[in-house]
Amino acid sequence: MLFDAPNTPNVKSDMSNSAITIENLSKRYTIGHQRAKGDGLRHAFESAIRAPISWLRSRRQKKLEQVDFWALRDVSVRISQGEVIGIIGRNGAGKSTLLKILSRITVPTTGVVRINGRVASLLEVGTGFHQELTGRENIFLNGAILGMSRAEIIRKFDEIVEFSEIEEFIDTPVKRYSSGMYVRLAFAVAAHLEPEILIVDEVLAVGDSAFQKKCLGKMGSFAQSGRTVLFVSHNMEAVKTLCNRCIWLRDGRVQQDGAVDEVIEDYFKSISNEVSAHCVNADYGFTLDKVVLRNSWGEETSQFRPGEDLVVEVSYDAKKRIDRPILAIGVIGTNGSCFTSNMLLDGNRPEFLEGTGQIKCTFKSIPLLPQSYTVKLILRAENVTDLIIPYREVALFNVVGDLADYGYRGEFLTWASRSTPVVAPYEWCLPDGTTTSVALIRQDISKGKETSISEMPQTVAMHETE
Amino acid sequence: MTELVIEAGRTEREYWRDLWRYRELFYFLAWRDLLVRYKQTFVGVGWSLIRPMLTMLVLTVVFGKLGKMPSGGMPYPLLVLCGMLPWQFFSGAMSESGNSLVSNSNLISKVYFPRLVITASSVITSFVDFLISAIFLVVLMLWYHSKPPAGVLFLPFFVLLVFGAALGVGMWISALMVEYRDFRFIVPFLVQFGLYVSPVGFQTSIVPERFRALYALNPMVGIIDGFRWCLLGSRSSIYLPGVAFALIEVILLIASGLWYFRKTERTFADVI
Repeated sequence: MLFDAPNTPNVKSDMSNSAITIENLSKRYTIGHQRAKGDGLRHAFESAIRAPISWLRSRRQKKLEQVDFWALRDVSVRISQGEVIGIIGRNGAGKSTLLKILSRITVPTTGVVRINGRVASLLEVGTGFHQELTGRENIFLNGAILGMSRAEIIRKFDEIVEFSEIEEFIDTPVKRYSSGMYVRLAFAVAAHLEPEILIVDEVLAVGDSAFQKKCLGKMGSFAQSGRTVLFVSHNMEAVKTLCNRCIWLRDGRVQQDGAVDEVIEDYFKSISNEVSAHCVNADYGFTLDKVVLRNSWGEETSQFRPGEDLVVEVSYDAKKRIDRPILAIGVIGTNGSCFTSNMLLDGNRPEFLEGTGQIKCTFKSIPLLPQSYTVKLILRAENVTDLIIPYREVALFNVVGDLADYGYRGEFLTWASRSTPVVAPYEWCLPDGTTTSVALIRQDISKGKETSISEMPQTVAMHETE
Repeated sequence: MTELVIEAGRTEREYWRDLWRYRELFYFLAWRDLLVRYKQTFVGVGWSLIRPMLTMLVLTVVFGKLGKMPSGGMPYPLLVLCGMLPWQFFSGAMSESGNSLVSNSNLISKVYFPRLVITASSVITSFVDFLISAIFLVVLMLWYHSKPPAGVLFLPFFVLLVFGAALGVGMWISALMVEYRDFRFIVPFLVQFGLYVSPVGFQTSIVPERFRALYALNPMVGIIDGFRWCLLGSRSSIYLPGVAFALIEVILLIASGLWYFRKTERTFADVI
């Protein structure tokens, strides 16, 4: 400060001010090719033997066997120092691939990235934690993996332990930890990295809401100290709270890049447009107008918490009278159908549809894991075989929530994103006679509001004053 | 501030500097593997002594007593142990480093650091085992009142040689294993086979003279001969062309291993 020359601000030229410059970045995965390789040596030998033969054949044919998948296409972004950027998009839009390239885990197919500053990326909480090692040992190991030096870890050790709130168990192997303790310790290490650029993937999907708040608080204070943050999340509330700029990726391209509120609003709009429910069947004079999803309180939303009601509101306009139609609505997760409501089975067919109207179906307290889902419907005519509206995607929604509310306390909670989504209550009975039941705790309205992430700003502020 | 450039096909100029920057990770990964290896075992580090001891007994009985192989005036157990130390280090490093990348795939797909750290640290882990087993050799030499000759001064050279061989093979196998899991089946076979192909349980001198050059194609022949010569002296025969050959092979192994490893390293995260 003492030597703050008057021209110092001008020294920071446009170039030195940018933290990350991404130019025409593309990443291709060759799916067919990779599968053949993955099959092992036999294929390598086979293709070595066949090479001369296939070389004689036309090359175009060979190319067809390989399916190219562009995870990223021509992405160009410039990020200045001190910006906090949210990256949003549907599953498979290329968010994780982008982060992996920025973290130098994988290389781009084409394009250039220029990074100014020390990068720390947190694509997962507790990478490299070893179950058999104690908390103390894991702090050192994890710290080294994240790029901290031994001296740095020793210096911050007490702070890390304090942040993790597990002083008593620091010399216990982490395999004996509860999932909450595990995640807290892992985040505590990561939180004490001092990079200039922090890259964070969906790490907030694990852990309880208190932990999520703490993470967000730490990231908030990190951002306020003028460092650059890239943050991928499906949790739009968290993105809104934390970020000022937002990049929306769609099919590997930058769809929109701008102020966070604008982008998220457009993103939500597009989600509902993307799966436009609107369709017309002229033969029956029937128009499926729109499908709206509402939560337990009747609010229109595409984000649900576990245990909330999912209301599917189908609006139609029947120009001609349709007798005894059959409507079926299904909720489909990433790995298949979760549940349906089907008039074909339950027999609750309306006598007729005429004019404009609505059919509502409420799925009570949905027992779904935090993943993304699609809603599909099909409308059959009276004779069952004729379709008025063929099976189609009409809406999308995400479930966001706290895995502890499902009674999940295991060590491998990150796997929940790949698990079958429907959680039926169940009970374990172990050989020693202990029984434990696992069930989703239904959140009542007040609790649901209380733990809502929208209260984040206060927490961040509190953290700052501490 | 240094600018980092990420681009397709760009050889990273920072690679070696990064390797240096992550030098502590070598230590931490090796430390983790050592720490974890004997957790929840009753005998603990003792296994590093018991394993070579039992193998030595079996080989002494099979080759020395039943096979009646010539000992050249040396105590047979000592002869076997001198061969077994480098062999167990080499084979241990081969199997450990072979699996190292695959078993650390969670790290590879989530964090950046020079991947060579993983492979090298698993070689270091085996090397620590080697050092522990060496204690047993010292004890056995005292027991037999076997004084090491002046040639013992060359021992570090042969230790370096076997370390290089282990690292070179480790780089090849670990990188190949990422793409071809077949090596999971090939490596145990190589280890088993190598024990009989290398002069672990017998002396090289039993190999007919005209086949010795051919036999020395196996780099472990030169290395094991060297170990025996350094520790047991002139009573054991050393075939110098074999040593020279081992040296050339080790250099080639390291150079080619490094080339293949660096070539495939960038796609590890995509393939693993």
